[in-house]
Amino acid sequence: MIETFFQSFFLRYNFYMAVIIMLIGLYAMIAKSNLIKKIIGLNIFQTAIFLFYISSSEVTGGTAPILMSDPGTVYVNPLPHVLILTAIVVAVSTTAVGLALIIRIYETYGTIEEDELLVQEEKT
Amino acid sequence: MIPDHLTILVVIIPMLGAYTTLLAGWVKRRFCFPIAMVTICIQFCISLMLLYQVMKTGPLHYNLGNWLPPWGIEYVIDPLNGFVLVVLLFLSLLCCMYSRRCIVDEIEEKKIVGFYTVFLLLIAGVCGIAVTGDLFNLYVFLEISSLAAYALVASGREKKAIFASFNYLIMGSVSACFILIGIGYLYIATGTLNMADLARLLPPLYGSTIIQCAFIFFIVGLSIKTALFPLHLWLPDAYSYAPSAVSALIATVMSKVGVYALIRILFTVFTPAFIIMEIPVMELFCWIAAIAIIVGSVLAITQTDLKRMLAYSSVSQMGYIILAIGIANSAAMTGGILYILSDAVMKGCLFMVAGAFIYSTGFRTIEDLKGISRTMPLTAVAFFIATASMIGLPPTVGFMSKWFIALGALESGQWFFVVIILAGSLLTAIYSWRVIEYMYFRDPDMAHQAAVAGANDPPASMLIPILVLASACILCGIFVTIPLEVIEPSVTRLLGGT
Repeated sequence: MIETFFQSFFLRYNFYMAVIIMLIGLYAMIAKSNLIKKIIGLNIFQTAIFLFYISSSEVTGGTAPILMSDPGTVYVNPLPHVLILTAIVVAVSTTAVGLALIIRIYETYGTIEEDELLVQEEKT
Repeated sequence: MIPDHLTILVVIIPMLGAYTTLLAGWVKRRFCFPIAMVTICIQFCISLMLLYQVMKTGPLHYNLGNWLPPWGIEYVIDPLNGFVLVVLLFLSLLCCMYSRRCIVDEIEEKKIVGFYTVFLLLIAGVCGIAVTGDLFNLYVFLEISSLAAYALVASGREKKAIFASFNYLIMGSVSACFILIGIGYLYIATGTLNMADLARLLPPLYGSTIIQCAFIFFIVGLSIKTALFPLHLWLPDAYSYAPSAVSALIATVMSKVGVYALIRILFTVFTPAFIIMEIPVMELFCWIAAIAIIVGSVLAITQTDLKRMLAYSSVSQMGYIILAIGIANSAAMTGGILYILSDAVMKGCLFMVAGAFIYSTGFRTIEDLKGISRTMPLTAVAFFIATASMIGLPPTVGFMSKWFIALGALESGQWFFVVIILAGSLLTAIYSWRVIEYMYFRDPDMAHQAAVAGANDPPASMLIPILVLASACILCGIFVTIPLEVIEPSVTRLLGGT
């Protein structure tokens, strides 16, 4: 049982790593009270998904998908890369909006710690 | 040449409109509103033409850049899309009209340019979700509209809105990431992203764990977007602290498009054969929806702030649509899709009325509204009609849709859910009757007498959308056969597994 687990882990460690990184990000989003750290957690979470996509496109012995004259060339799958390029743009804009909101929160409340914010919210 | 490209124009026009607004706002701030209005008007006409064409000739397929599906991105319009598109754009049009005077008090003047730009981007996003036939495209448009929604929620002067928007951003991004993972799983398993192609390739793989995981990721992700009961926590703050025009917009357009995406993924991508036979998920949906209906209404009863009460009532109304999806026979689905129309119409009306009260008197809490019907009679009447529709009194459209859902529950022999629907109506009556009683039968408090006596019905640009929606509540109920003509073929398509 344990042996097969290790075997499958080392055979597909990239997918396992993606899951682990994803959970780290999710943990940061839930457990950290600093809003910037939450955004960092969100970024880690998104990066894990990118890793998952990119590693799924790998073909053993494949090369970059640029058309070669040799008909026997093996290419990696280019589509996940393209999709992730879009997803990275989305992630960057999400981060930008999030950080902009944090700046406004800091300007209005004077803090970016979630627990202090909740205390202030209850007062008003 | 143009008629062939209407499908894509419905997405491109608001994007162009957004940048035109930005440029025009640079020159003169007051150009923004007319440009936004014209853009949405054109879109609304296009959506009507599309619906007409779909009903006449059957589904429209449009290949972006002439790349054939499944390689290229395909936009498909069938009766369901066409219907949802018309509803969305009708509501956006009225919200845009409503926003002109409403945001004067709620948004700083220099932000108005940005407001209309982001407003149009949100509409571009939701229209994109409605027309696309490609899963990854759906994700991208979902993010466009969500990012626009976060910005709009935080655009007001209300301090708490910023933090509410931040929470919305975190929840919304997580849900979008879940959807992205789901798409990844499906892509790895089948090698395609086209919805129709997926529906064709998936059946042999129904037993596979990957597909089931993907399904669960989709469900959880979309449940956060539609604020299904245990995942609704971002909703009350975001809806109640956003500027009123934005509340009306996201409560109708954003949440309805989420439901549409859920229906599309459940019934078109995964097909009824999978969701009914393979995983007992529909049963689960029914129960969660039942809890959502009851808990949402009970929480709404405990609220003192009018907009917050409406926000919780949205949670409960969403339960009805999910219940209809969960029952999944043709009568219930007809009711569910009709409910998309009726909830959009009545919730839009109610949020606009709440905004009108804030505009005229500055009061947010229900108790302050005592006796307001004497000075704002038309607004109060609109509120009454929309509530009657929400409770489900005939002849309103709310009654018709609840009737169909209850009929579906009876047909499948699930008596318990009929009881839930009736109990939900009763609870709705309790929380909305309280507001009506305060408005009509109480005298204003001493402290508020001057403010209430000095209040007037809002200016025409706010009053017209309110009255149009209120009359739509009744007209769609009386002439329910017109929307049903579109809904029935779409239900057949969904359940027939085409």
